[in-house]
Amino acid sequence: MGLLSRKATCNTHGQDSSYFLGWQEYEKNPYNEVNNPNGIIQMGLAENQLCLDLLEPWLMKNPDALGLKRDGISIFKELALFQDYNGFPAFKRALVDFMGEIRGNKVSFDPNHVVLTAGATSANETLMFCLADQGDAFLLPTPYYPGFDRDLRWRTGVEIVPIHCTSSNGFKVTLPAIEQAYRQAQKRKLRVKGVLITNPSNPLGTTMARDELDLLINFIEDRQIHLISDEIYSGTVLTSPSFVSVMEVLKDRNLDQTQVWERVHIVYSLSKDLGLPGFRVGAIYSNDPVVVSAATKMSSFGLVSSQTQYLLSAMLLDKKFTKEYMSENHKRLQKQQKDLVSGLEKAGIRCLDSNAGLFCWVDMRHLLKSNTFEAEMELWQKIVYHVKINISPGSSCHCIEPGWFRVCFANMSESTLKLAIQRLKSFVSSIGMKSQSHQELKSLRRKARNNWIFRLSLQSFYDREQDTTTKVSFSYRPHFMSLSNIAATLDAAA
Amino acid sequence: MLSSKASCNSHGQDSSYFLGWQLYENNPFHEVENPTGIIQMGLAENQLSFDLVESWLRKNPDVMELKKGGESVFRELAFFQDYHGLPTFKNELVEYMAKIRGNKVKFDPNNLVLAAGATSANETLIFCLADPGEAILLPTPYYPGFDRDLKWRTGVEIVPVHCWSSNGFRITMFALEEAYERAQKLNLKVKGVLITNPSNPLGTTMTKEELDHLITFAVAKNIHVISDEVFSGTVFDSPGFISILEAAMDRNLENTDVWSRIHIVYSLSKDLGLPGFRVGMIYSNNKTVVGASTKMSSFGLVSSQTQYLLTNVLASKRFTSKYMKENQKRLKKRKEMLVSGLKKSGIECLKSNAGLFCWVDMRHLLSSNTLEAETKLWNQMVCDVGLNISPGSSFHCSEPGWFRVCFANMSRGTLQVAMRRIKDFVERSNFMGRIKMNYQQNMSSLSRKLLSNWVRKLSSPDPNEHER
Repeated sequence: MGLLSRKATCNTHGQDSSYFLGWQEYEKNPYNEVNNPNGIIQMGLAENQLCLDLLEPWLMKNPDALGLKRDGISIFKELALFQDYNGFPAFKRALVDFMGEIRGNKVSFDPNHVVLTAGATSANETLMFCLADQGDAFLLPTPYYPGFDRDLRWRTGVEIVPIHCTSSNGFKVTLPAIEQAYRQAQKRKLRVKGVLITNPSNPLGTTMARDELDLLINFIEDRQIHLISDEIYSGTVLTSPSFVSVMEVLKDRNLDQTQVWERVHIVYSLSKDLGLPGFRVGAIYSNDPVVVSAATKMSSFGLVSSQTQYLLSAMLLDKKFTKEYMSENHKRLQKQQKDLVSGLEKAGIRCLDSNAGLFCWVDMRHLLKSNTFEAEMELWQKIVYHVKINISPGSSCHCIEPGWFRVCFANMSESTLKLAIQRLKSFVSSIGMKSQSHQELKSLRRKARNNWIFRLSLQSFYDREQDTTTKVSFSYRPHFMSLSNIAATLDAAA
Repeated sequence: MLSSKASCNSHGQDSSYFLGWQLYENNPFHEVENPTGIIQMGLAENQLSFDLVESWLRKNPDVMELKKGGESVFRELAFFQDYHGLPTFKNELVEYMAKIRGNKVKFDPNNLVLAAGATSANETLIFCLADPGEAILLPTPYYPGFDRDLKWRTGVEIVPVHCWSSNGFRITMFALEEAYERAQKLNLKVKGVLITNPSNPLGTTMTKEELDHLITFAVAKNIHVISDEVFSGTVFDSPGFISILEAAMDRNLENTDVWSRIHIVYSLSKDLGLPGFRVGMIYSNNKTVVGASTKMSSFGLVSSQTQYLLTNVLASKRFTSKYMKENQKRLKKRKEMLVSGLKKSGIECLKSNAGLFCWVDMRHLLSSNTLEAETKLWNQMVCDVGLNISPGSSFHCSEPGWFRVCFANMSRGTLQVAMRRIKDFVERSNFMGRIKMNYQQNMSSLSRKLLSNWVRKLSSPDPNEHER
C-alpha cells in the first residue's frame, strides 16, 4: 500500500517462522481423543493445563472473588472504575509475596517496584522501550523463545544479537560466548544496552547455575549495561538444583546498594505457574525508580483488567491454597516430564537433563539425514504432517546446532502424552528401518565394490575383508532377505 | 543508561491536565468526610448508570461465576489467549456498535481487533499507519492523552488543525489545508487525520459537512482518517450521531481506495462506564491493518474473564436497549443541570449534545486574553474554589479561557456543591471586580478632573476660577 507503516508491512513480527506455522497446522487439524483421534497433537504450546481442577474448587469455595464482592457486598462499581496504572495495591502485595515464596523467601520484593502489564509479552516490550532506543541491541543466549523476535524487536526497533550456546556443555552460557556476541554487536555498529536471559530457560527447561548468573552479573557490571531476567517459569522448577533468582545472587554478593542493583530487572507472569494465560497478568520488577515510573506510565497501553486483578489478589492472598497448589502442581509436572523423558528414551531419543519448565529439549540429531537445518526442517515437517505432532524445531529458537526440538508436555492429559510417545516411537522405528536399509544398501554396494577391488589384490587382504564383510552381512542377513519389504516401507514413509 | 523515551517528557504527564488530578488525589472531596476537598470535574467518566448494570448482573449470576448453563467455563477462559478474541464477544460488539449508529452501518466482526482500552487501540493504529517522524493532523482542542498515546513510543508527530469559537470550533477545509501546509513546512509527512467524534472536550457530534470535508481531504491527500468514536454511546440530544463510515457510505465510497483508509476506534469505557475492564477495539476495512494490529494486540489483550462477562451483558438485547435509553436520559439531565447552574453564574457553555462534559466559556473571567491568565484562573479554580476542571490549554485550544468541566462522574449533590462554589467565586470576583472597576473608574475620573483643572488653570486669566 505504501500508505501503511513499515512495521505493518514487514515481517519483523516473526510470525512467519516455523514456530507459528506449526501452530497453524495444528489449528487446521487438532487432535481430540474422541472427535479427532488422528489429528495433530499439540506439543508446541508451553502451557500448564495440569492443575485447573485445583483452581475450580477454590473458586467455588470463594464466590466473592469471581462475584466481585467484598464480604458479600458488591464492589463492582469500584472495580469497573479502577483504571489506575499503579495497579490494585492488594494485588501487588499478594503478587510480591507469591514471588518471594517461589524463591524460597530468600529474596523479598517491594510492591512499589512492581509494574503490572497485560502479560509478560507486554512486560518485555515495555522494558525494551524503557532501556533501549531504536537501533540499540540486547544480547540473548540461544536457543531462545521465538516470540522474543517479535516482543523485543518489532515495534521497538531494538536488535537482538545471539549469544551462542552449544550442547558441548549443556547449552550453558560461557564468558567467551558472551564476549563474542558483544564483539559481533560492535561489528554491526550496534550499541549493546543489556542482556536478556530466561531463567528457567525456555526452551531448555533448565535453571541457570549460580556460576552462570555470576558470570552475567560480572559482565553487565563491567560493561555498565542492563540485565533482564525473564523468570516466568520460576514456579515450574521441579527438582534440584532449585531455582536461584538473579536477585538472590546479587544479594549474596552484597551488591544491593550498588549501581548494578538498579540495572537488573525481572519479568514475571501468572501464565505459566498458575496456568492462566488468558487472564493476561504480567509484571516488571525493577529497583530503578525511573524505570518503574516510565514503565508504569507505559503500562497504560496494556493494563490488567481490574476484574482479573481482584480475582487473583483473592487467590494469591490465600497462602494455604497457593502452597498446596504449587506442591501438587510440581508433582504433576514432574510425573508428566518423567513420562515424556522415559517414553522418548525407549524410542532411542534423549532429552537434555532438565529440572523446570513445561517442555523438554529433545535431541533428535541422530534422526537427521544430515547435520543441516534443511534436514531439521525435513524432519520437522515429517513429524508435523505425518507423525501428526506439532513440536518446535530448534532453528525457530535460533539454536545453532540442527536436530534439537522443544517438546511440551504440560498441556495434555496422560493418555494423550502416551499416544504422542507411541506415535514418535513408531516413527523412529520406521526411520530406523529406513536408515538400516539405507545402510544395508550402502554396505551391499560397498561390499560389491570391495570384492571387486580386492579380487585384484592379495588373497590375505581379500580374506580379511571378507571376514569383515561377512561379519557385517551376518547381522544384516534377516533385513537383506526382506529388501522388498524395506523398499515398500521406504515408499510408505516418503 | 535508559532509553530516551524513559527519560524524556513525551509521556506528556507533566501537563496541567494531569497535575490537576494529582492535586485532587491529595485532597479529594467527600460529601461527609471531606466536604471542603477538591471536587473532581476533570475526569470524563460515566458513573450515572451502574445500578442498571449491577441489577442485570444480580439477575444473571452465572456470568460473573464464569459458568455457561450451570457448567464452569473457567478452564476454557483461563487458556484463551487467542489474539483474534472471543468470537462471540466480537459478534456482540459489532451488533452493539451498529445499534449505537441506529443500524445505519453494519460491521463485520472479522474487521474488529480487540485491544486493552482505546489507549492501546489508538497507539496500535498509529504504529500501523505511520513511521517515526511522520505526522498525524488533529483538530484542536483535543484530548491531552493523545500527546502520550499517539506520539510517545511511536515517534510520530501531531500537527494541530486549529479550530475557533467563532464557528463553534467546527473543522473547516481551510483549517485542514493550513495544518497540512504547516506540516510540509516542517518537513513532516502527513499520514492521516485523527478526529474524536463525538468530540472530547467539546461534547459535540460532527456535522455531515465536517465529515464530508474530512473525507474529501483524505481522498485528495491520499491519507488515512481515524475516527475515535469512544463517546458515540453518550449522544443524548439531537442532532444525532453520524459515524464517519455512514458519511462515506452515503457518498458511495465503499468500493473506493479511501474506504480502506478509514478506521474507527471504540471502547466500552465511556458508554458502559467500565474503564477498569480495559476493553477497546479497532475497526478497519483494511485487511493489512487488521492483520498487523491483530498481531500487535498481543501487547494488550483483553482478559478472557472480562471478554466473557461482557459478551453476556451485550448479548442481552433487551438490557442494552434499556441501558442506552436510560443512560442517555440521565446524561442529558445531568448536563442540563450543569449548564443551567453555570448560567446562573453568568457562565456560558458551548451547545453540546454528547459526551460526559461541557466546554465552558470563562473568557470573561480572565484578567487578560492570555495563556497566563487562563493558568491563573485555573489555579484559582483548583486551589481556591476547589474544583479540578481542565484548562483549554491542556487540550491545545488556541483561545485562552475555555475549560472542560465533567458532570457524569459525581452525584447530584456533589454537582450542586460545585455549582454553589462557582457562584460564590464569580460573585466574589464580580464584587472585587466592581470595587476594582469603581476604583479604577474613580481614579481615572479623578485624574481626568485634576488634569482638566490644571489645563484650565494654565489657560484661564481669572485667578479665582480654580476654587469652583
